[in-house]
Amino acid sequence: MDSHFLEVRNLKKYFKRTRGNVHAVDGVNFTIDKGKTLGVVGESGCGKSTLGRCVLRLIEPTDGEVLYEGRDICKLNKRELKDLRKEMQIIFQDPFSSLNPRKTVLDLIAEPIKFNKLIPNASKADIENRVLELMETVGIAERLINTYPHELDGGRRQRIGIARALSLNPKFIVCDEPVSALDVSIQAQILNLLKKLQKELGLTYIFITHDLSVVNYFSNDIMVMYLGHVVEMAPAAELFRNPMHPYTKALLSAILLPKVNGNPERIQLRGEVTSPIDPPDECRFAKRCNYLCKACSAGTPPLLEVEPNHLVACHCIKPGMNILQEQPHLISGR
Amino acid sequence: MRKSKSATLISKQYRRKGFLIEVWLRLRTNRGAVFGLAVLALFILIMVYTFIFMTPADVSKIDSKSRYLPPSSAHPFGTDDMGRDLFVRVLYGTRYSLAIAFGAVGIGAVIGTFFGSIAGYYGGWTDQIIMRITDVLHSLPGILLGMVIVTILGAGLQTLMIAIGFTVISGFVRMARASVLSVKTSEFVESARAIGMSEFRIVFSQVLPNSISPLIVTFTARMATSVLAAAGLSFLGFGVPVPLPEWGALISAGRNYLTTAPHLTLFPGIFIMLMAFSCALLGDGLRDALDPKLNK
Ligand SMILES: Nc1ncnc2c1ncn2[C@@H]1O[C@H](COP(=O)(O)OP(=O)(O)OP(=O)(O)O)[C@@H](O)[C@H]1O
Ligand SMILES: [Mg+2]
Repeated sequence: MDSHFLEVRNLKKYFKRTRGNVHAVDGVNFTIDKGKTLGVVGESGCGKSTLGRCVLRLIEPTDGEVLYEGRDICKLNKRELKDLRKEMQIIFQDPFSSLNPRKTVLDLIAEPIKFNKLIPNASKADIENRVLELMETVGIAERLINTYPHELDGGRRQRIGIARALSLNPKFIVCDEPVSALDVSIQAQILNLLKKLQKELGLTYIFITHDLSVVNYFSNDIMVMYLGHVVEMAPAAELFRNPMHPYTKALLSAILLPKVNGNPERIQLRGEVTSPIDPPDECRFAKRCNYLCKACSAGTPPLLEVEPNHLVACHCIKPGMNILQEQPHLISGR
Repeated sequence: MRKSKSATLISKQYRRKGFLIEVWLRLRTNRGAVFGLAVLALFILIMVYTFIFMTPADVSKIDSKSRYLPPSSAHPFGTDDMGRDLFVRVLYGTRYSLAIAFGAVGIGAVIGTFFGSIAGYYGGWTDQIIMRITDVLHSLPGILLGMVIVTILGAGLQTLMIAIGFTVISGFVRMARASVLSVKTSEFVESARAIGMSEFRIVFSQVLPNSISPLIVTFTARMATSVLAAAGLSFLGFGVPVPLPEWGALISAGRNYLTTAPHLTLFPGIFIMLMAFSCALLGDGLRDALDPKLNK
């Protein structure tokens, strides 16, 4: 199967520290098809942003391949990469620090256009024209064109960030927690905008968040990460209907969705988070897992397709065999 | 789609006035900065005046009958040990101090900022090499370094400027490096990388403009100390050659007559102080005026 829009194979990123290597992303595989959204969820520090940056090669991955329309972007030289940057963009988590405070809205949105010479022989008016068009697309009033980012609220700043990304006519955007710094009411506006843009422009997204309810609204597939590993991956509806990995279950129980037949009790995670610095070869979730079994320390559990399109990495869950359900006595309840 | 190609796409009232005009409008509201600017402008006018109307002969006209005269209407600043008119000499000396304050410090600032930014942004061995050289420069006493350079290149205004420029480099390297370090990890730098900018360009178009405030403060502080350092070198005979009236040299020459003819040190001293003071005031104002966040 070579027809995927984006395919990531065994992607690794280790950061060197004095005490050892931080395994921020450790052997991640996934594919995304054109026009679809992959949601990436997980708690703070599990490597979501690092994954997003590696996929765009904003930082150099330690190992692995990122195939974008069949080309491995890790093997591109500088010029090829510069050309490809127009197609792959990123929207940042923090709209306060992702805009240069010394540039006006006009400068900020015009910068990518001018720098990449997107409009041949562009006059000042051509560029202003395009900037105004983009501002209209993302919903910023024309009167704000000469304001500085610090004069605007978070939602508007995030719109500028989106306009900057869109200015290059990308096909693929990594949204790194684009709404987590915003008020709930503004979150919805930005999410709707992103969704509208996806539909109109046929964009493909990686949507990073730690908020499962946001990702449910948005994604076709959801990938759950824990300390650099993918622990579960499934289509969004399937994941919400039938979460299998103990970590996913805990995450889902933490969002209070109204349920008719009684909300299952909120699952509490106890125990210590395994250090991401040179972690031992065992299930990284074992120390906090409510379902501890003997197999947990027997190497890193592989990501297996337990049910069609539903992948889980847990020693207790294999295709056709789910010990967590069949043998509830394993639930130690520490 | 908008189709119009005219330059008036943005309604008039939302247009911006241009960067320098905006900076001036902000600077104008700061009284100290306006004072500093006015004094410096006056010094520059004086310099231009002396270039047009004074010859070196006027400045060293010896008159043995009128030595050590106190200030009077004929000699507003009095006369010195050889009966030369101090007013003429002080005005003529403006050019040296301005050359040191702007020229020498400017050269040092450009070179220092360039290497400091590169060291801060790239890190690794680039940083190591640049910073070790800077450490060596920094550990040599400025006066000594200046004397060595003057000895090698021979005395004169240009040499003095090179010597002073050299001694201020290390300060700018460190300052630029530190401020680059503090902004280089911010997301807008990453955002620039994402639109395809090269690292080199990012340093100068994204990182440095955000490090400008501390650099301006360093610059104006260095202007003041450099005027003094130049005076020190002149005093030791390593500066501007003797008969030329550099302010520092005038003070040195007058120091033996502090009690009998205090005007010999007083007037050049006031001029040095005015120069240093107005540099500092202007620097403070500029730092604020260049920051759009402080816009009212
Ligand atoms: N430049 C870096 N140098 C060293 N370690 C880093 C660097 N960037 C990230 N890390 C480490 O990598 C791990 C993953 O970080 P990452 O930013 O990818 O987490 P995240 O899932 O995005 O978290 P958050 O939800 O807080 O944004 C963390 O342990 C972090 O400390
Ligand atoms: Mg993050």
